[in-house]
Amino acid sequence: MTTELLIENVSLDFPLYHGNARSLKKTVLNSVSGRMANDSRARVSVQALRDISFHLKAGDRLGLVGGNGAGKTTLLRILAGIYEPQSGHLRIEGSLNALLDPNLGMNLELSGRENITLRGLYHGLNPAEIRKLADDVAAFADLGDFLDLPVRIYSSGMVVRLGFALATAIRPQVLLMDEWFLAGDANFLEKARARLEDMVRGAEILVLSTHMPSVIHEWCSRVIWLDHGRIRADGRPDAVMAEYLNAPRG
Amino acid sequence: MSAHIPFPASQARLELTSQPGFAARSALAWQDLAEAATMWHLCCTLSWLDIKLRYRGSVLGPFWLTLSTALMIGSMGFLYAELFGMDLHDYLPFLALSIVLWNFIGALVSDACVCFTSAEGTIRSVRMPYALFAGRVVLRNLLVLAHNVVVIVVVDVLLQVAPGQIALLAIPAFILWLLLGVALSVLLGALCARFRDIPPIVGSVMQMAFFVSAVIWRPEQLKSQEYLLAFNPFFTLLEIVRGPLLGTVPSMQVYLSAGLFSAAIFVASWLVFARVRGRIAFWI
Repeated sequence: MTTELLIENVSLDFPLYHGNARSLKKTVLNSVSGRMANDSRARVSVQALRDISFHLKAGDRLGLVGGNGAGKTTLLRILAGIYEPQSGHLRIEGSLNALLDPNLGMNLELSGRENITLRGLYHGLNPAEIRKLADDVAAFADLGDFLDLPVRIYSSGMVVRLGFALATAIRPQVLLMDEWFLAGDANFLEKARARLEDMVRGAEILVLSTHMPSVIHEWCSRVIWLDHGRIRADGRPDAVMAEYLNAPRG
Repeated sequence: MSAHIPFPASQARLELTSQPGFAARSALAWQDLAEAATMWHLCCTLSWLDIKLRYRGSVLGPFWLTLSTALMIGSMGFLYAELFGMDLHDYLPFLALSIVLWNFIGALVSDACVCFTSAEGTIRSVRMPYALFAGRVVLRNLLVLAHNVVVIVVVDVLLQVAPGQIALLAIPAFILWLLLGVALSVLLGALCARFRDIPPIVGSVMQMAFFVSAVIWRPEQLKSQEYLLAFNPFFTLLEIVRGPLLGTVPSMQVYLSAGLFSAAIFVASWLVFARVRGRIAFWI
């Protein structure tokens, strides 16, 4: 089976629940009393994505650009299968790893080793492979004896190293990455960069969300510009980036 | 320098199509359950770590559970045997069993309410079958129950009571409990994620149920009104496990009531899960 990623006509409304929308009493009262029916559906929802379609084949490196709130992270979460689309279709052939937030669901109360074991079990690894994973992560993150202490007491640098080492230890065919993993070059150790580059090169498909033109030029062979949840431009990096960078901000 | 750990074949494909219609959603819900079942090892580890975390750093560890249950049963046993004018030798094994089983039900129900909201970080960062979190709630409480069973055994041995072969009838009933636990976790977990005022409602219902469901008093004490208990689903569900363990076979009415109530929970749970499964990630 060849690796591919296909997303067709996907739209998503992001419901915001706050105040009364969370209350069962209000919802029930509103649905039984006609007088209040007018504001019963006053749920706020954000049009997060509209009619997103694209097709990636092995070898494609897609960059997502767009301002804050353009829908980049939401789109990555849809591709990762975390949010299910309300309309449209998504198909991904190939193993998938999504690097979306620094902690990646780590439990801060558990020790580093326990978090590694959980991740290994999630990926269906056997005990020998989990040991190998733990050795690899421990060696890279350079945690020493801290590996058996709760992540809560780690310094922030150690948490980042652990999260990064864990996220980059298992090699996927399709890699989804939020800009966090590339941001702040200054903080990035040289070996972290080498490891990440190794992983990105190993992945057959890359989808990367970023604010930084330099990252796009270095990594991507195609760029999609998201604006208010819609695809505003889609094409070669130099063409799309020229348009994106020259667009008036607002 | 990196381990090059390969992915398992089972995670090599992801296909999601938004299909309106109950049949399509049911198929997705079914797929969720099947995926969760293949991840049983992760589910067991998560449950065990939950227990370990709760008692990390304490000398007795999870046996605090056993100790506090024993203290509660001991003190309540003497008090209520006196209040109800009952023989302690008779009453204590009944109370020990009732309290341990009811604590299991109560803790399971209150954990079910936070089944998804407590796993917010995980749900938002990786794709996981939702049923896995329901399995985790049930397994975690099963582990707690296993620690508390010690109290029942000690009481029974000290007072030399044994239920006999009838106790085997409790096994299928207990399996029904576990399945109900998964169904309830999914149902309450989803509803409580959407409506944040449900957990306190559930809490007060369970507190009321504790007093009206013959947990600390014996059904016979109702005398001519005893038949009313068959209409209390909390009582009948408790009785199908407790009765056989005390050496009595529950009546047909009790089984019928427990069966109907369970069926209602399974149906409601399936309807809700199939309907809202894809929405839970937005609610937590």
